[in-house]
Amino acid sequence: MKNLSLRQITVGLAVLVLLLIFPMVVTQIFPLQVMILVFMYAMLGVAWNIMGGYAGMFSFGQAAFFGIGAYTSSFLLMTFHVNPWIGLIAGGVVAALVAAAIGYPCSNLRGHYFAIASIAFAEIVRVHFNNWTLVNAAEGISLPMLDESFINFMFHNSKVPYYYIMLAFLILALVVCYFVATSKMGYYFRAIRESHDVAEVLGVNVVRYRLIAIMISAFLSAMAGTFYAQYVLYIDPESVMLLAISIQIVLLSMLGGAGSIMGPVIGAAVLIPIAEVTRVWLGHRGTGVDMLIYGFLITIISVYQPQGVWGLLSRIGNRIK
Amino acid sequence: MNKAICLDVKGMTKWFGGLAANQDIDFFIEEGEIVSIIGPNGAGKSTLFNCITGFYKPNSGKVSFFGRDIYRMRADKICKLGIARTFQVVQVISDMTVLENVVTGALLRFSRIGPATDKALEILAFTGLIDKKSLLGTELTIADKKRLEVSMALATQPRLLMLDESMAGLTPVELREIIALIKKIRGQGMTLVIVEHVMEAVMEISDRVVVLNSGKKIMEGAPKEVCSSPDVIQAYLGDKYRVVC
Repeated sequence: MKNLSLRQITVGLAVLVLLLIFPMVVTQIFPLQVMILVFMYAMLGVAWNIMGGYAGMFSFGQAAFFGIGAYTSSFLLMTFHVNPWIGLIAGGVVAALVAAAIGYPCSNLRGHYFAIASIAFAEIVRVHFNNWTLVNAAEGISLPMLDESFINFMFHNSKVPYYYIMLAFLILALVVCYFVATSKMGYYFRAIRESHDVAEVLGVNVVRYRLIAIMISAFLSAMAGTFYAQYVLYIDPESVMLLAISIQIVLLSMLGGAGSIMGPVIGAAVLIPIAEVTRVWLGHRGTGVDMLIYGFLITIISVYQPQGVWGLLSRIGNRIK
Repeated sequence: MNKAICLDVKGMTKWFGGLAANQDIDFFIEEGEIVSIIGPNGAGKSTLFNCITGFYKPNSGKVSFFGRDIYRMRADKICKLGIARTFQVVQVISDMTVLENVVTGALLRFSRIGPATDKALEILAFTGLIDKKSLLGTELTIADKKRLEVSMALATQPRLLMLDESMAGLTPVELREIIALIKKIRGQGMTLVIVEHVMEAVMEISDRVVVLNSGKKIMEGAPKEVCSSPDVIQAYLGDKYRVVC
């Protein structure tokens, strides 16, 4: 932990303690629901950040990995009664393999060409699932009810266990991101983000490291997908594979600060509550209001603080020091 | 003297559509030599660099590095074998610090950050950038960027260093500094290939000079010989060099 200052560790632990006691203090369902979504989108943002923020591959197709994770575990549970925790790992593996299969032919795509390819890929996956009878096509999958227990990854009476599980997932993703960022991999990812030429001239196997980034990102996104399926207990392509989810993930990561470990967490903490609150207050009349606010925030941030909210916070932090 | 052949290039040919950027170029470098490649713009010098280092796929030819065939090998593998290079348009990682840039290069031979950082610091001390180690790549002057690029190349611990116009666009003082650095690198036993337009530098540091024009090798020899050759003067140097040499 040599790269973390004492103050960063202190702040981090304080926030963690607050998050741990939050469900004991706040017992209403809505705030818990919002917090769970914040953690989930933060995890998706952290996963995106590994390939988008560090390795420079701007994916607008993360919903495909999220959806594949959700579908793999749900399908296994529905058809073969496979435990969701095993389904979680299986979903991650399947998503990582799919990511490698699509990432390899895209090895030479950079910048917006990569972004376009990622949208196309995710839309193909969504349309395919919408028509795939094996997974109930557009009808979606209703997860069979199991007894309430941690082993079954299912809780009927309270959101609190989901809250802690999702928080643990997010921390896991952050730890993965920290080790990536501070290891050889992180240096190589950043070289690749700068240009393929500079990476190759330093002896970096660009294709291999890009695939590693994509696969880690896909695995973590799929974990969040399985969580979502176990939490909502119903999935269909329109709820877990929508382009809007992919865009949401990119937006919150950029707003929070791409290429920094905590950036996407900050972004999710700002944007997801706005989305949820406007949705609840304004109902269907408010559709898109959250996007209006996002647009405004992102314009402000990109003009005044291109490193995102995290960049702003660390500048303030440095000044206090 | 019986030195090992470091790099042996035979019949290198590269076509861009109907244009032969390199046509049947032969040359070799002995271990410990400094060979300069000169020629007018568009002569194919950078193309030759790119074909040797794997950034272009040549159409035909042979390249061997200490006896090992590296023809059409992938760029990162060639780097791993021990050929490092710089680019004509300087390439550094702009949002990394000077130190992190060099660490990235050093990570080719070390898998952990700690030892790679030690190596990087050693190299920065050697190249004279140690005082600027915390600056970002974007904050450097062009001369320092070129020095950084050389440092990154050295960090990969090459046996052959290929510099593509490391002296272009420098002030006379900066030029003296980079020449001193190249001599210092050579003093460590490094073999160097240099593409250069700055003739004073070429004359001063080269053991041999290869002259390209329109994609072909027109001359090869000691610096003195080359710059008194009428062909070279006509193709590249211009008449003023009749007097200088």
